[in-house]
Amino acid sequence: MLTDWQPTCSIELLHLRAQVLAEIRGFFLARAVLEVETPLLSHSSGTDPQLNFFTSDYCFYPLQQTLYLQTSPEFAMKRLLAAGSGCIYQICKAFRNGESGCNHNPEFTMLEWYRVGFTLTHLMDEIAELIALLFKERAPLNPTQRISYQDLFFKYTGLDALLFNYDDYCVFALKSQTPEAIELCKTDHNAWLDFIFSHHIQPSLGKNALCMVYGYPACQSSLARINKDNSKVTDRVEIFINGIELGNGYYELTDAQEQNQRFDEEILVRQQNSRPVIVKNMQLIAALEAGLPECSGMAIGLDRLLMVLTSNKHIEDVIPFSLARS
Amino acid sequence: MASYSTNEFKAGLKVMLDSDPCAIIENEFVKPGKGQAFNRVKIRNLKTGRVIERTFKSGDSLEAADVVDVAMQYLYNDGDFRHFMVPDTFEQYQCNEKAVSEASKWLKDQDMCTVTLWNDSPLSVTPANFVELAIVETDPGVRGDTSGGGGKPATLETGAVVRVPLFVQQGEVIKVDTRTGEYISRVKE
Repeated sequence: MLTDWQPTCSIELLHLRAQVLAEIRGFFLARAVLEVETPLLSHSSGTDPQLNFFTSDYCFYPLQQTLYLQTSPEFAMKRLLAAGSGCIYQICKAFRNGESGCNHNPEFTMLEWYRVGFTLTHLMDEIAELIALLFKERAPLNPTQRISYQDLFFKYTGLDALLFNYDDYCVFALKSQTPEAIELCKTDHNAWLDFIFSHHIQPSLGKNALCMVYGYPACQSSLARINKDNSKVTDRVEIFINGIELGNGYYELTDAQEQNQRFDEEILVRQQNSRPVIVKNMQLIAALEAGLPECSGMAIGLDRLLMVLTSNKHIEDVIPFSLARS
Repeated sequence: MASYSTNEFKAGLKVMLDSDPCAIIENEFVKPGKGQAFNRVKIRNLKTGRVIERTFKSGDSLEAADVVDVAMQYLYNDGDFRHFMVPDTFEQYQCNEKAVSEASKWLKDQDMCTVTLWNDSPLSVTPANFVELAIVETDPGVRGDTSGGGGKPATLETGAVVRVPLFVQQGEVIKVDTRTGEYISRVKE
């Protein structure tokens, strides 16, 4: 008899998920942040060099089109902001092809919100308040930690994250018993940062506490703006609890020209890595040209948040049906 | 020879790494939200038994290792090699002490065991989980003691030394768990 009709998570978890969603909606309602919905299917996708997307075929005879399942609702939400929506949030599904493991399911639930007029510091305060609200009764946390990427990197490795010294990085790889990093990362600073951070730093972050890491190196800026006082860092924050990456936020880039240029650079990296070709999202560029208000935005993976809340080690323990049973 | 991508790595898969046959123990997908995807793999070198961790770029692949486990009967020790036979085909294999290693202390003539072959030559030998062996030497026990506490060392016919309860006597046959080296029970002949 087939048993894989059954959910991978418990019924209690369905209740917990529903409560958490209700509390998040209450949190934003009290702050007059508007809940919105944007399309999951769109005509273009993000150009992020490390993300792979799902495509689908739209058939409306004689029209045949490729549509993309969103990897994040960012572009559509920014278009709403540019159109004058004010502060908004969304709870939606996001899709990332080829991501599967204890902490990854190719389809997952995301909370994303944008706060007009907020700097990164304001945003970090709000993140801490939201996390405190969700955890206080269920799994109380130790005081929140805030640390810059550069300080954190130095603390764990003795290396300067903002200045790539190939020899020093190689010495660290040998010393930390991951010599394969030398072959995998070569002279790619970004790859080194990803390798060292995910292997030697992230697992120790946020021992039963919220750890917020800000001031990412400029080469890892994605859609964040460059810090106005230090051009080597970007106004980006990532949050961690018990070594799990929960979310990512930016003081958003509003400069259309710079955004356009970053798209071109990312498309080039995608080409060099032989990843599927993607056309850049001109609607977002046009929205930025029309004027994106100064704002900060944050995205949190809600499935991982539920994992951390319940001390579950596998994402399938907190979602009704993992990909294998979908 | 076939090869396997990191996405296919799962516990038990046999692959070649640094020219040695290895078995995957654990495979963890590691990917920062905006960063590169890696697979952190725990892997056992089947020649040395050593367990190491190695990271691969997601999507990289390793060549499959031609490693198979074959049930064989242990025949005899000629001083240099131990000889094994596949009962169905009568095909014989000889193993050096390095391949037999720890298994040697549990191997009795005619007993079945598992021989791991790499490119058709023996890599390692695993005894059956439970073996029955005679005690060749142990101190006389205290009469009337039936408890499991305490115990005493007993040397078995293959040379292994295990702790047995005090009531177990020299000459008796006992059942032993080879994975833990622990006494299980006496065997009535």
